[in-house]
Amino acid sequence: MNISYRSYFSRFPFFPALIILVVVFVLNGIAEPNSLKILSIKGLISTYLALMFLAVAQTVVVYAGDIDLSVGAILGLVNVSVVALIEAFSGTPYIIVIASAVGIGIGILCGVLNGLLVARFRLQAIVATFATSIVFAGVALSIMPVAGVPAPAEFWRSYAGKILGIPFVFYIFIMLLVVAFFVARTKIILQLLCVGDDKVAAYQTGLPVTSVRIKGYAICGFFSALAALCIIGDTASGDPNVGSAMTLNSIAAVVLGGTALSGGKGNLIGSILGSLIIGLVGSLVFFVGTPSQWQNFVLGLSILGALMIGIFVSRRLQ
Amino acid sequence: MMKLLKQPISIAILIIIVLLFIGEFLSPGFASSSQILRLLVVSALLGIVAAGQNLVILGGKEGIDLSVGGVISLAAIVGGNIMDGNNIGIVPAILGCLAVGAFFGALNGLGVTLLRIPPLVMTLGMLGVLQGLLIVVRQGIPSGLAAPALSSFVSQPQILGLPGLLWLWVGIGIFMAFLLRKTVFGYRVYAIGSNENVAKMSGVPVKLIRVLLFVLSGMLSAMAGLCILGYTGSSFANVGDQYMLASVIAVVLGGTPLSGGKGGYTGTMAGAIILIILQSILTTLSIDESGRQLIFGTALVVLLFFYGRAKGLRT
Repeated sequence: MNISYRSYFSRFPFFPALIILVVVFVLNGIAEPNSLKILSIKGLISTYLALMFLAVAQTVVVYAGDIDLSVGAILGLVNVSVVALIEAFSGTPYIIVIASAVGIGIGILCGVLNGLLVARFRLQAIVATFATSIVFAGVALSIMPVAGVPAPAEFWRSYAGKILGIPFVFYIFIMLLVVAFFVARTKIILQLLCVGDDKVAAYQTGLPVTSVRIKGYAICGFFSALAALCIIGDTASGDPNVGSAMTLNSIAAVVLGGTALSGGKGNLIGSILGSLIIGLVGSLVFFVGTPSQWQNFVLGLSILGALMIGIFVSRRLQ
Repeated sequence: MMKLLKQPISIAILIIIVLLFIGEFLSPGFASSSQILRLLVVSALLGIVAAGQNLVILGGKEGIDLSVGGVISLAAIVGGNIMDGNNIGIVPAILGCLAVGAFFGALNGLGVTLLRIPPLVMTLGMLGVLQGLLIVVRQGIPSGLAAPALSSFVSQPQILGLPGLLWLWVGIGIFMAFLLRKTVFGYRVYAIGSNENVAKMSGVPVKLIRVLLFVLSGMLSAMAGLCILGYTGSSFANVGDQYMLASVIAVVLGGTPLSGGKGGYTGTMAGAIILIILQSILTTLSIDESGRQLIFGTALVVLLFFYGRAKGLRT
């Protein structure tokens, strides 16, 4: 491998993810030319925007060598909280904004709780966040026992609508990319990466390791809450179980994006691309005409294959 | 005495006793012998899965097997179809299930060792494959029935008034203790779990051991799948899902840290019993699902405080 490729890779660690994404995108276009139309891409982005936010959330804690199995549960809790609040106070636009803000607050609070348990009380991240995910799911169920309370029309109409002829979700997507780009350059992200690279060294250098990790979980909760707002826009309703299947996908997206689960290296843009890969692989399996009962199997194999290729290529390039 | 009390296994047994008292207090008859027997049978199902999980975790290097749920569901379907309610089919069903478990375990192990995919990612990907495969298998053939002999083995008293499943669990417990404490293989598992590089330089075939751990995990999950089929009578959709993280929790509650290299199966057995009693207490209470989940999650967090907290940085 040429040395210039390596330096290129160190500057753009999401490179393998980008290549996989382009390949899958082109394959989609070959299998179903309609999938390249703006309308199809809009559909893809509005469905997978929530996963992108969730993957970014997951990436932040993975940076520090931690993991959060409760992101899906936080998403579900914020989802029902916001919808229930809007419903309770009859959804004027004013209320919608306040409810969304409260939802984000709840997300951050959940994150801080995770952070306290894992960083301050040193519980093992996998089991502790799994336990809190059960708690969050319980709270979500008590707020809204059954799915299907509708969200106000203003909410999903603006999510599915257009501004200046461009779909609203495209703005959010671009904004997410920009935010990820700038967040990646903040001090806290650098500190999280240091903690993930070597906790003891970070501690000895004088980094407040515990509070850095708690902040990581808080940021994770923040982005999970944003993911919940996207889900409300996409599904137009409240559902306490909506996030349960998304946690594992968020981890897959993080790995596809070139972030190491061991912590210390990775990037946020890659996780966004990883989410899109998961979405596009799903539609590709459909477009190539896989018989319906085989679709999930082929999808599972493809995701496993993509994970392997991603990890293999990243290792070769580093 | 204090040292004995600080052992994870002693804490676990103490918690079991406390939980039984709470259960008896909340709903009289909870700790009756027939009820305890039923609790143990359900614990055995989780405990057998957790045995495999325990082995993989002991092997260290972030070892974890998230595919156990998929293997359980698949084994239940495969076994059910081979038996289809006939006692003659039991032996072929057992062999078939073990082969399925060993196959997927080997794939996990090869991915982790040869391709160096982190276990979490490899088994997560495998879970996706298995869940897809389940849909294929379920739509292609009708889900089978457990043989009557298997059902009575799982839930009817057989030897000394205990169901065969409990004897199987005790057998697995003895097997695990023997494997981990008395064989070269066991010592090597602890060796690669505590320091892989040192183990490798001492001549331990690290990759082979790790593949074997995943194979064993797959086979134990498959065995559990067959027993769960015997417990429920017929296989139903994704019966194994609930065992995925529960098995990890049972291992952790039993005093084996996720970092590997120390711990053992006796604690894990206690951990499985704790989880099942806790769940059972919550089912007997007349509260709705949300309250049950709230209490269960909170109780888990509290229990985790007793176990395997990571070392502080200030050493």
